[in-house]
Amino acid sequence: MNNQNSWPLWEIFIRSKQGLDHKHVGSLHAVDAAMAIENARDVYTRRMEGVSIWAVESRHIHASNPDEAGELFDPANDKAYRHPTFYELPDEIKHM
Amino acid sequence: MDERLIDYTLMLADSSLIMGHRLSEWTGHGPALELDIAISNIALDYVGQARNFYQYAALLKGNVATEDSLAYMRDERAYKNLLLTELPNGDWAQSILKIFFYANYQFHLYQQLVDCRDVQLSAIAEKSLKEASYHVRWSSDWVIRLGDGTEESHQRTHKALDEIWNYTGELTMKPTYDMGFVDYERLKNSWLQKTNLVLDAATLSLPKNEKNQPVWMHRGGTEGKHTEHLGFILAEMQYLQRSYPNSEW
Repeated sequence: MNNQNSWPLWEIFIRSKQGLDHKHVGSLHAVDAAMAIENARDVYTRRMEGVSIWAVESRHIHASNPDEAGELFDPANDKAYRHPTFYELPDEIKHM
Repeated sequence: MDERLIDYTLMLADSSLIMGHRLSEWTGHGPALELDIAISNIALDYVGQARNFYQYAALLKGNVATEDSLAYMRDERAYKNLLLTELPNGDWAQSILKIFFYANYQFHLYQQLVDCRDVQLSAIAEKSLKEASYHVRWSSDWVIRLGDGTEESHQRTHKALDEIWNYTGELTMKPTYDMGFVDYERLKNSWLQKTNLVLDAATLSLPKNEKNQPVWMHRGGTEGKHTEHLGFILAEMQYLQRSYPNSEW
């Protein structure tokens, strides 16, 4: 596995049969997108986990800074009126 | 009891089993974790196909055989696998080429077997076709990556090609117990067409002899005449069942 250091890291997202969205399942190494998809197929869908794969090179993902979590997320704490819990949902709306 | 059909089914079973067993030697030794899993998955696909064929062969033989007795209790000369499948894995390039040649053979073979008059073989072929087509995709991607890659990968893939090419002729030769399910001329042409396409993209050229003609091809595996490698494979694979008969998981 000595040459693997030079292979970029990819984040893998899988959509399951019932799922509507692609969910992050983990990461892997591959030299390009085509290989990332094939590797993801072998690493993450061996047990029928999914029907669709997304691969994103990890360096393209920008993350929030954990040190700023306080100012970013805490202010939402006491604002219950932002939740849409004061409405009656019509029966026709399935996926909420 | 149709001896020819049994032999033909065993030929398909043995090739898949030996292919799978050989590739399983990569498990834990792949060049990267992801590829270790990929090649082990392929090995398992082949063992799975072999089981389907062995179960059918055992059924044809009546009550005297099981899938396990066929796999574990037969000797070298009774094995009918293609010579290509028993060749050593060599380096990654050689294993990849082996998978590509074999998967490409299986893909075109199964496409014909799907329409054959034997319902059971047709069903197994149909079930295995998706696997074979993924094996072709995966291995041809890799052949192209390696052949058209760095100077070293190109040179090593070329060496592998020289090493195993003359075991590919047997893939499209008719065995003595042939059932007439397959048009071998068509099989050969479709196999060669795809092979040339991929080798071209990989900037690899077919080995030629000193008179610039196609090289001589080995044969004999399907008739039980094997290279020196098969005995070692069977010794390792069959040891447990032969030392401790009927032992189970």
